[in-house]
This record gives sequence, structure tokens and C-alpha cells, in this order.
Amino acid sequence: MKINDVKSQFPIFSKKINGKHLVYLDSSNSSQKPIKVINSLDNFYKNEFSNIGRSIHSLAVNATNKFEETRMSVKNFLNANSKEEIIFTKNATESINLVAHTFGQQNINKGDEIIISELEHHSNYVPWHYLRQTKGAVIKFAPIDENGDIIIGELKKLITSKTKIIAVTHLSNVTGTIVPIKEIVEIANKKNIPVLVDGCQSAPHIKIDVKDLNCDFYAISCHKVYGPTGVGILYAKKKWLERLPPYIGGGGMISEVGKEKITYAPLPEKYEAGTMPTAEVVAFNESIKFMEAVGIENIIKHEKELTNYALEKLKKINSINIIGNPKNKAGVISFTMKGIHPHDISTIVDEEGVAIRAGHHCCQVLHQKLNLTATARASIGVYNTKEDIDVLCDSIKKCRKVFELQ
Amino acid sequence: MDLKQLYQDIILEHGKNPRNFGKCENHTNEARGHNPLCGDQVQIFLKMNKEKKVENLTFQGSGCAISIASTSIMTELVKGKSIESAKKLIELFLTMIKSSEETKFDECDEDEKTKIMSLSGVTKYPMRVKCATLAWHTLSSAIEGKKQEVNSESID
Repeated sequence: MKINDVKSQFPIFSKKINGKHLVYLDSSNSSQKPIKVINSLDNFYKNEFSNIGRSIHSLAVNATNKFEETRMSVKNFLNANSKEEIIFTKNATESINLVAHTFGQQNINKGDEIIISELEHHSNYVPWHYLRQTKGAVIKFAPIDENGDIIIGELKKLITSKTKIIAVTHLSNVTGTIVPIKEIVEIANKKNIPVLVDGCQSAPHIKIDVKDLNCDFYAISCHKVYGPTGVGILYAKKKWLERLPPYIGGGGMISEVGKEKITYAPLPEKYEAGTMPTAEVVAFNESIKFMEAVGIENIIKHEKELTNYALEKLKKINSINIIGNPKNKAGVISFTMKGIHPHDISTIVDEEGVAIRAGHHCCQVLHQKLNLTATARASIGVYNTKEDIDVLCDSIKKCRKVFELQ
Repeated sequence: MDLKQLYQDIILEHGKNPRNFGKCENHTNEARGHNPLCGDQVQIFLKMNKEKKVENLTFQGSGCAISIASTSIMTELVKGKSIESAKKLIELFLTMIKSSEETKFDECDEDEKTKIMSLSGVTKYPMRVKCATLAWHTLSSAIEGKKQEVNSESID
């Protein structure tokens, strides 16, 4: 599929917002859905619906097969070793909670240390905070420099004999920083410390190869990868999933249940209790096929071009301040403007059909570090075009007009 | 929707040059308000005298044009009023923002009415209502002498 044909695959772009064409620049928050994903959901409920893994009738067999086909696609998408390493969850938040809870229960004791970074989204901080509260763990923050890059030398210094896990984002949802995960894993490996990667922002935008990264855990939210809401992925090395205790208990995750003793199902079912978001998992296969049809290399190239175009144009607007200037930046552009609060920017550009986000983007620690309460954020998806960036810039200029600024 | 309805001149002016900004001396009551969605914060300082009159009312904080203007206008309107009148004004303001019913300005003069009405534009922007109401809820909390921070997500 050619890049120019991508936008037409998304029905939402034929809709008008406030009488204007939709310029969707909030993909870091959630992505829009291609028609094939929407049709898959529709088709599954209309023609193929059944619960999976339990009944032996034809519908159930077909649904189970389709569900497992997606698992296989995800395995290939991430280059995991086996499909037992792919666990479906509700979202990346649940994936991280799963690891924090089970790993913490088994391996964290009073005074043990967890290293995260100042870039982290609340979903890669709060679950570890629970261990601070319940287990007396210590959380250390790897600092960032003025460009928004994690200072690897400082992260190294935080590692002690008490460090039990390192949890970092692959791509910041505020600065767009692409974090050198491989380098961090190599450092951690020398000390036998496992690494969890929050891959929420990276999954739709950069090539992910968990074998190459050699990380222990990788969390993804499918709704950001042009897929349905309600599905997340946890990749984990098999050794961890075998060793760690189960998380949510219930149907589907057991092997045998007696009055005295319960044994658990083998992987991956051990971590998939209760009825799963079946239609959504099945439909997510279409999201992966979509990504593959466009080609990850083409996605990277297109988004890099757009990001550079946007940065160049935005910087020319009077009194705009772009947040962060990392070595390797993806299409996440947060900014502030002198004299206009991000909320006001968001309301005004919305009148032009431009959807951006304003606030702290669930990164209050980062905003405290930057000495800001809120920023405006334009985030790019595969469907965006140079025309979108032009409309964004014109609508930002309009903010200055509304506020009667020079 | 007309942006000028939301960003009226009086709002832009108060947003740029907020009145009664800072911490007032010898304040008797104070309260904090917080909007967790955007991180905006407001702190209200109230000096009440023996006759239960608002002798001084100031604020500190950061926020959008709507929230700063709303807070600034509120301090102007409430300063010098009795606590009872302040409470009535808060109620009047919140009623105007929340309900579609015609607001009754019987007890307000023209200047007060104009100032309050200047904020009515937010009713068309549901996501911005809390920007306008946070300060008023926080003032109410300061009057009541409540200790807990006002959280925009836990108020109606």
C-alpha cells in the first residue's frame, strides 16, 4: 500500500468536525481505525461469534483459531521466540501491572530498588509505586537532560546490588524521545537485572524486535496500533512467565481445581483469565496486516519527514517553544506558547477541525521536571499529511489572533 | 460555535492582567483547588472580618485564560461583600454555568451582571466548564473552612 493511499483506508476522515475536515493529531493518545479492522469486528459479531477455548462446536473452534492466529501474528510482529510469550491483556497499563504485581510479589522485598525514568507515563510509575507502598521498595528515577534524553551514565550510577528491575519507556509520549533500549538492556544484563519496556508509543511507529532488544518484558496497547480498544499485549521471555505466579484468577487460567488444591493452565492461558475481548483480538490481526501492508520502513520514513516538516514550520511561529530536542525523535511534538495556555490552544484549533491534546499527558513527574503544568501536543500517525501540518500551523496562528497577540 | 463568545474581551483582559493576584496578608481562610485533568491549580486567600464581611480576597495559581479570568472576576465581585452575599453569588454563578434555565440576576447590578455573563460562553464547551468553576468551588470551600483540596473531578 502506498503512503498516499493510507488516509482513504480510514472512514473517519470522511467526516467533518465543526464543519471542517478532521486533522487528527492525537495519535499518541489513540489512533484511528482502518476499515478492515472495523469490518473485522462487524463480521465477527455478525457471522462468527463464539467464546473461545471452551466449547467444541464449530463456531467455537473457528473463533479459537482466529484468536490464536492473531497471537501468531503478534509473535511475528515482535519477533518473539514463541507464541507462549504473547499474553493478551486489557491494555498496556494492565500488562505493566501484571508484571509489577507478579514480579513484585515474588522478587521484591523491603529496601529493594526499582529504576524507572523521568520520562515515564503514569502507567509505568503507579504500578511500581504500589510496591513502594506494600513492599517498602525504593523507586529511583533515571534523570533526563535538557534535550529530553535519558542520561545513560546517570542511570548506570543508580544501579546497586539491590536493583531488582528497570522499567523504561521505548518512546516518550511528551518529548518523542526514542530511548536506546538495547543499550539499557546491555547494561542491565551485566548485572542480571531484568528490563521492562513500555512500548505503548513505539509499537505503531518504529520497528520492534524483542529478540534484538533482548528485553524481558514489552507492553503494548493495541488501540494505539490502529487496533480496537480493550486489547493490550504483554510480551515476556518464557522463563519469566513460567517462573512468575499467575495474576488474575478465574476461568480459563486453571488446569485442575479441587477443594484443597488448584493447578494452573500452561502458557499463555495461565495469564488470560475469564472471557477475553475476543472480537477485538481477532480484529487486531487486521491492524498488524495493515501495518505490514504499508511497511514499517515506509511508516518510519513518512513520519520522520512529517515530523521534520512540522518542527520546521512550528518553530517559525512567533513565541512557540518546542518541548525537548532528543537525539532520536519520533512524531510527538509537545509545545507551549507564550501568553496562551495549552487548553486555550486546543479549544481554538478544534474549531478548525484540528484534534490535539492539552494537559500533562499522564506525565506529571516529567512536567514537574520541565517546570510546566501543561503542554499542547500534536502527535503524528501514518495517515497524516503535510496538508494536516499546514492546517495545524494556520490554526495555531489563529490562536494568536484570538488572543490579540502580535 | 463562535470563539468570540468564549473568549470575550473582558475574559482576555482579565486573563492577561488578573486582579487580586497574590497572597493577601492576615488571611483568615484559605483553600486549594486542583484540576487533575490538566494539572491546573488555584489557591484562594480570604480575609473575613468580625462582621463576617469579605475584607480581602486574592488568589495564586496557574491556568488557562478561562480559569484565570473566572478567578480574577470572582475576586472582584466578591470582595467587600458579606459572606451571605458571597455564597449567593457563588450559587448564581454555578447555576448559570450548569443549567440551561434563565439565570435571575435580581440582586446584581449591571456591572456584576456583565462580568458574570462574560463567562457564560463556556456552557457551549462542556470540556471547559471545570476551568470556569474551579475557583468558585474553591472559594466555597475556603468560606466553609474545609481542609480538603477541591478536586474538579469530584464536584458536579
